[in-house]
Amino acid sequence: MNDMARVERVVDTGQAKITASDVQVHYGDTHAIKDVNVNIGDKTVTAFIGPSGCGKSTFLRCLNRMNDTIDVCRVKGNILLDGEDIYDKRVDPVQLRAKVGMVFQKPNPFPKSIYDNVAYGPRIHGLAKNKAELDEIVEKSLRRGAIWNEVKDRLDAPGTGLSGGQQQRLCIARAVATEPEVLLMDEPCSALDPIATAQVEELIDELRQRYSVVIVTHSMQQAARVSQKTAFFHLGNLVEFGETGQIFTNPQDPRTESYITGRIG
Amino acid sequence: MTDISQSGAPKHASSLLSKDARTAKRNRAESRFKLYGILAIAVGLLMLITLVYNIVSRGTGAFTQTFVTLDVTLAEDKLDKNGNRNLDEIKKVSTFGYAPLIKDAISSEVEKLGIQTDLSAKDQAAILSKSAAAQLRDYVIANPDKIGETVQFRFLANSRVDGYMKGRVSRESIANDKSISPAQLDFVDQLVADGVIVKSFNLDFIFGADASDQRPEAAGIGVSMIGSLFMMLVVLALALPIGVAASIYLEEFAPKNWITDIIEVNISNLAAVPSIVFGILGLAVFINYMHLPMSAPLVGGLVLTLMTLPTIIISTRASLKAVPPSIRDAALGVGASKMQSVFHHVLPLAAPGILTGTIIGLAQALGETAPLLLIGMVGFIASNAPDSVASGLLSPNSAMPAQIYEWAKRADPAFYERAWGGIIILLIFLVTMNTVAVILRRRFERRW
Repeated sequence: MNDMARVERVVDTGQAKITASDVQVHYGDTHAIKDVNVNIGDKTVTAFIGPSGCGKSTFLRCLNRMNDTIDVCRVKGNILLDGEDIYDKRVDPVQLRAKVGMVFQKPNPFPKSIYDNVAYGPRIHGLAKNKAELDEIVEKSLRRGAIWNEVKDRLDAPGTGLSGGQQQRLCIARAVATEPEVLLMDEPCSALDPIATAQVEELIDELRQRYSVVIVTHSMQQAARVSQKTAFFHLGNLVEFGETGQIFTNPQDPRTESYITGRIG
Repeated sequence: MTDISQSGAPKHASSLLSKDARTAKRNRAESRFKLYGILAIAVGLLMLITLVYNIVSRGTGAFTQTFVTLDVTLAEDKLDKNGNRNLDEIKKVSTFGYAPLIKDAISSEVEKLGIQTDLSAKDQAAILSKSAAAQLRDYVIANPDKIGETVQFRFLANSRVDGYMKGRVSRESIANDKSISPAQLDFVDQLVADGVIVKSFNLDFIFGADASDQRPEAAGIGVSMIGSLFMMLVVLALALPIGVAASIYLEEFAPKNWITDIIEVNISNLAAVPSIVFGILGLAVFINYMHLPMSAPLVGGLVLTLMTLPTIIISTRASLKAVPPSIRDAALGVGASKMQSVFHHVLPLAAPGILTGTIIGLAQALGETAPLLLIGMVGFIASNAPDSVASGLLSPNSAMPAQIYEWAKRADPAFYERAWGGIIILLIFLVTMNTVAVILRRRFERRW
């Protein structure tokens, strides 16, 4: 336990975008997240790893209040985004989600054209004054999603007609189109083949220049490849959080070591 | 067969090329079950064929009618004694005043064709429908300048003559019939030979109004069709928005607690309530308490709305549920509000299902008779089509199934044929609506 405290202090010195303290999540009678304290830095990729059902996705969904849609879910504790409590009564989750974008496990483009998929967010948030500006946003977002060259000739084609990897990159483009500050990714590559996964990972590394990226992943290799910080969750507890290199080479907690060496999980 | 010889053999030791007893038994059970299924389908198909054959063979007669073509001299001395073509004076001549003109017309036709008959002019004219004089009077009032001229008319034949032409009435069956005699039938045969009496397609059955008990040949389903149309408009205008709004709220916004559970259970219960209960409810609430007019399509539409609402709510909720939650997540994830995610993404995807449910609910309402019994839409003879939307909603009318019920209970067998004909028209509407529903579902379903 003392080891964990030391690790946290190291992180505290960095530039924190999101600060979570004493977060508890209950699903009905189930205590899904217990006392999680974590600081997520700006312009870094933070990976959440851990076995299935350990609460990493649940915690990720707390960060943009997607858990609000689940009736039985209750969140306690503080989560600060730039020093503002996102669970404050005055916060409208809609505004929060414009700032904290999300990419889901399964690619879920809208059954509309590629253009409309990307333009939807900017439209509802009023980010473009006219068609030309909107076109510009769409192009910029698709370029950031590293999919522009593949779809620039068929922006009117349905987004659902793309391949799995392209769909996921389209979803990333859609998420960045609203100019978020934080991008949450919930196992974005679990439905993709290795080549598409490599493309998405490359993209995540580029996105780090602008956004704070939080990625939940089942693959420890992926966490090691793309992230600077790694958090290991186990049974609803944040067991260890630190520099990715340190977590994978010199874990402080025996549970982390067991997990990354494949003895549990 | 092979079980005895193999009974002592070790497990699975027998050849794969010969079936063991258990496999043979299972295969027999399977083929038996397939046979039962085919039999069940065959019975169902047979019943359907019988039904369709019966309806078509009994109902098609209503679409043709026997007509008598006559040249009528619109005698000025009978219709406009003063000769000033004053419409008010012309209107004073009642249908009785036109009867002699018809008698004269038929006598002169008989004379012209050289038909030998012992019938009096009155008996000769009796082969025409009682509506002939009214038809003549309507024509004269509409065209007073034709008075004095000879105009060719196509009159409906009496329902007995029509029945004779269609094989329903024979010389034996009219032994006790006071309205027609064998001599008149002979007369009809002569006129048919000369082409004066012909059987042809009867558009008035589809577009005309119902007629009194004495004139089955003039009865049509058109006005009750308009009554049904207005009822359906009321149902569509009320049940669709209310049903869809209720379903969206219940499915997307409402908290899941015991109150919404009770509402949900009761909506399902409402769908199973017998329609006559809605009828008596409509009578109590809309007519006795709210004093809306009796027999009005507005009231009929309100009652059918109550009946259709559960159907629409259930099908709408089912199609909202069928929209994958990932679409909702995607919309919320880019910062759409709950309402935006529902109206921009979920509702468009659920629309085909909602539309299908609505059409099927409407088709169900279109064929409903029982609730109309209680609010007085059965038994009323609508003789004129409504002249405006307001009167279409508020003036008494009937509905197609109610009209069919009304015809089926009348004594004259000529109405029986019209009831079957009405059923054909009603079924055409229902089949068309259901086909449209299926086509819509096929076309727009599963776009994600």
